Amino acid sequence: MRSSTLKVDGSEGKVSEKLIKFNLITERSGGYVVDITIFLQVLVNSILLGGMYAVISIGLNIIFGVLKIVNFAHGELIMLGMYISYWLTVLYGLNPYITLPIVAATLFLIGLVVERVLIKPILNAPSINQLLTTAALILILQNIALILWRADYRGVSVKMPLISIGPIFISATRLVAFIGGLAASLCLYYILMKTDLGIRIRAVAQDPEVAQIVGVNVPRIQTLTFGLGAMLAGIAGSLMIPIFMVNPTVGSNFGLIAWVIIVLGGLGSFTGALIGSFIVGFIEAFVGILISLEMARAVAFLAFIAILLFKPAGILGEKARV
Amino acid sequence: MLEVNDVSAGYSLLRVLWDVTLKVSSGERVALIGPNGAGKTTLLRVVVGLLQPYGGKVIFNGEDVTNIPTFDRVRKGITLVPEGSRVIPRLTVYENLRAAATTKEAKDKFTDTVDMLFTLFPILKERKEQLAGTLSGGEQRMLAVARGLILRPKLLLVDEVSLGLAPKVVTQIYDSFKELSGMGITLVLVEQYVRKVLQSTDRAYLIEQGRIVLSGSSRELMVNEYVRKAYLGD
Ligand SMILES: Nc1ncnc2c1ncn2[C@@H]1O[C@H](COP(=O)(O)OP(=O)(O)OP(=O)(O)O)[C@@H](O)[C@H]1O
Ligand SMILES: [Mg+2]
Repeated sequence: MRSSTLKVDGSEGKVSEKLIKFNLITERSGGYVVDITIFLQVLVNSILLGGMYAVISIGLNIIFGVLKIVNFAHGELIMLGMYISYWLTVLYGLNPYITLPIVAATLFLIGLVVERVLIKPILNAPSINQLLTTAALILILQNIALILWRADYRGVSVKMPLISIGPIFISATRLVAFIGGLAASLCLYYILMKTDLGIRIRAVAQDPEVAQIVGVNVPRIQTLTFGLGAMLAGIAGSLMIPIFMVNPTVGSNFGLIAWVIIVLGGLGSFTGALIGSFIVGFIEAFVGILISLEMARAVAFLAFIAILLFKPAGILGEKARV
Repeated sequence: MLEVNDVSAGYSLLRVLWDVTLKVSSGERVALIGPNGAGKTTLLRVVVGLLQPYGGKVIFNGEDVTNIPTFDRVRKGITLVPEGSRVIPRLTVYENLRAAATTKEAKDKFTDTVDMLFTLFPILKERKEQLAGTLSGGEQRMLAVARGLILRPKLLLVDEVSLGLAPKVVTQIYDSFKELSGMGITLVLVEQYVRKVLQSTDRAYLIEQGRIVLSGSSRELMVNEYVRKAYLGD
């Protein structure tokens, strides 16, 4: 392992002190050298991150695909999921993972209500009205959280071992989040591809008028789809509460990154969101370790802008749409 | 079966239909003919509920359906094969049919209906797993007709199904209609090919500039002086 190395160019000042301190990078003659184990470690981290992002962005993307609406409050739905998981854990002593089905069901119901009350009335409105409505939903949900639970950061810790495979370490909570996120995404994929409901959801996404003339109850499919998207956000919240602290504004981070991912992968595309998740996970993990975490976000956004400029249909293009 | 009473409709300020009234009885095959832009498609959209009329009523089997949404009308037995077919492009042929099985009856009889449709249009059977968007124009028309039939509608509205198709395919589709009327389906056909549609229907309406200007048995219209001059090129 130690024999193969990855060379990092650049002047001495550019390499983060932190990396050297933690022995991630060693100084050799004429430059710095990164260990291949570190490369592998970061690769593993990025894959784990990608699985988590997948469940977030696929939920957002299916909502966009079917309702053609930009749900800016998707991150806040994740925030609600995290809080519900948190409180069930703290008040009833449940394992946060056991709360997952409860959180999923609750967020599904919240999604149905939000769609009926807020989204349905603006489905045919100009996009500026839609934007303002979902932006207002951010404020509503954040303030509800603030009133109910104050601005404190809260988290739960799950006692799980650090798994080591050779020199590589895997955090068990992140591994569970990865597997859970991917499993939830694949379940949705199965529903979309194989069930009557899924076929109708895809029909509505592609041509709502034709869906109507074959008897599909389009408004109902739209409501259900929003519920499913919210449910995925809730599942993400449950999977992430052992990893990240929650406070009322935590959602904006997740919401934004989900947007970056679906624009990158292609609006309305399931596979696009999946691939986009891993790309962004990869960018974040690598730039995060090589430069800084703040830069990681910045680079992800740069990729986002580049895609908007040069390939607005996303990396997979129109064809990949659900 | 279907009554359209004094319907006027249009697109915001552009009025397209003026007090249109027509009747279709159970089991009839009715043609709706007229020049481009006359309002034929608009009328079908009103009947199926995709367009809300300014005034007038749509009655189906004695029930006023003017204010109920399209998918409910479809479930009561009205179906439209829209202009240009409009298959759902990124669903397979089979999924397009499956998506249309939205009523209990359609679901229960789905396998039988699909078998019948595949006998009627063998090419669809061959293309079963192909994405509908990649079918040829003619194949898409057949799929659009088949999709309508999955619902086993009481009333099937068909908008210019033969436009741009090879005569052989047109004949195939029209043969399927003949078979259908034997099955007790009521048909309303909008067509540019006036001769063909008059030959295969019982009655006809001529619509010009949003008004019904002539109606009668298809045979009468075939020999009508005005129709012959303006539409049959005699
Ligand atoms: N969505 C729309 N918005 C505005 N005007 C429309 C719309 N659809 C149709 N029209 C107008 O309404 C009039 C009637 O159109 P319609 O499609 O009903 O005609 P048609 O009889 O079906 O013609 P064709 O034989 O060419 O299909 C036309 O003048 C058309 O320009
Ligand atoms: Mg037309």
